Amino acid sequence: MFPFSFEWIWDVGHMVFMGGLWYALTILGLGMTYCILKAVVDTMHGKGGQHH
Amino acid sequence: MDSALIPDGVKRCSFGKFALGIIIAGGVLLWGVYAMLLIWLKGLNQTNMNDYYGFALWIWADLGVIALGGGAFFIGLLRYVIGKDELKNIINYAVLIGFICYSSALLILAIDVGQPLRSWFIFWHANIHSMLTEVAFCLSCYFAVLTIEYIPLILENRQINKVPFFHNLAHNMHEVMVIFAATGAFLSFFHQGSLGGTPAVLYGRPFAFREGVFIWPWTFFLFTWSAAAYGPCFTLFVTRLTEKITGKKLVKQNVIDLLAKISGWMMGTYIIAKIIDTWYWATVTATASGFNLIDFYSNNPFYGIWILIAEIVVCGIVPALILLTPKGRSNSTLLFTAVLLACIGVLLNRWVMVLQVMAAPVMTFENWVMYIPSWQEVATTILPVAYGVILVMISFRYLPIFPQERELNS
Repeated sequence: MFPFSFEWIWDVGHMVFMGGLWYALTILGLGMTYCILKAVVDTMHGKGGQHH
Repeated sequence: MDSALIPDGVKRCSFGKFALGIIIAGGVLLWGVYAMLLIWLKGLNQTNMNDYYGFALWIWADLGVIALGGGAFFIGLLRYVIGKDELKNIINYAVLIGFICYSSALLILAIDVGQPLRSWFIFWHANIHSMLTEVAFCLSCYFAVLTIEYIPLILENRQINKVPFFHNLAHNMHEVMVIFAATGAFLSFFHQGSLGGTPAVLYGRPFAFREGVFIWPWTFFLFTWSAAAYGPCFTLFVTRLTEKITGKKLVKQNVIDLLAKISGWMMGTYIIAKIIDTWYWATVTATASGFNLIDFYSNNPFYGIWILIAEIVVCGIVPALILLTPKGRSNSTLLFTAVLLACIGVLLNRWVMVLQVMAAPVMTFENWVMYIPSWQEVATTILPVAYGVILVMISFRYLPIFPQERELNS
């Protein structure tokens, strides 16, 4: 549910509940985006070819 | 045949033997899938659930696997956030077991909701006053965390790891794993807790109702605590079982000992809290509703007082004492017995908090209502077990799950 959904109410419950969900999803999303982008950059720099 | 995929320096059984195992477990899996399709196509009339039992075998299985899978979040917390470095030798298996447990829980929920195509409603049309909404949010997010923790393990397969991008991705994911592990611990705290809070807010059900602090009943904290205490026991149990089946030593004794000791302390403190909770509930909360303790355990063929004694004494105090003593932890048989009893204990706790809550009469004109699951419910509950066995077999064969295996079996 987003603030533009018709059921949304600007109260503590909605902000805590939905805010918590978005917060967790944002951390996971940003974390994975960082890992993937860094892996792309590392690969382009030739890293990971001579692994153990 | 598949030797190029098997990790370096370890030995595995022949491909034929492996395939036979997969076929046997696959047969059970197919039986479960057949039952699942029956339920999806024909509806929940395939079950023995009724107006009394809106929550039944599936929800017990759900709560059970979530508690047993709690080893992943707690070992992750100990390893990545608190810095217990020895646990790096068992964390992979804990993650795999957690991944299986949580994917099983979601699968069971997908069957239980009756209309799986509307599962997304809980996110879009969220009822923010429901503890189960919190469970759904945290459960889904934590499954994403477990998937993220499991991916690097897959990428470390001998052949996949030869691809530079996958090698780099696995490396980068390991580097930021502390963030994922901390997020996982946060999410687990809330969904484990809310699962315990759900029955305890039912003030019309004095068997389950508990008082608490602010919006959280005491069982909120007890469920989280018990998952952290008993979850690692399941990891130890499956590890020992895998060692017995494969005939290999997979994890060093000091790692087992450390985890068993931490579990013992968690379990010991949990059991004290559980006893206090039970005593307060029996003498204050339940009596305020007009019930005596024995009312909840008599005049029925199944839920005797034995169930309370089994949960708290046999499967709580006894394993805690074994795990708290160095002699108990060093004796392989005792340790195995303790972790097995602990797993039974937490399953018993979840059984009571789901099924006995429904069975116990509330009104004076009501009787105990017994429930026997249909074969479709049983098959769909066994389905995740077969799926878990298959995933463990495949992961153990092709992924470097146990970093100490090569050294211990050379």
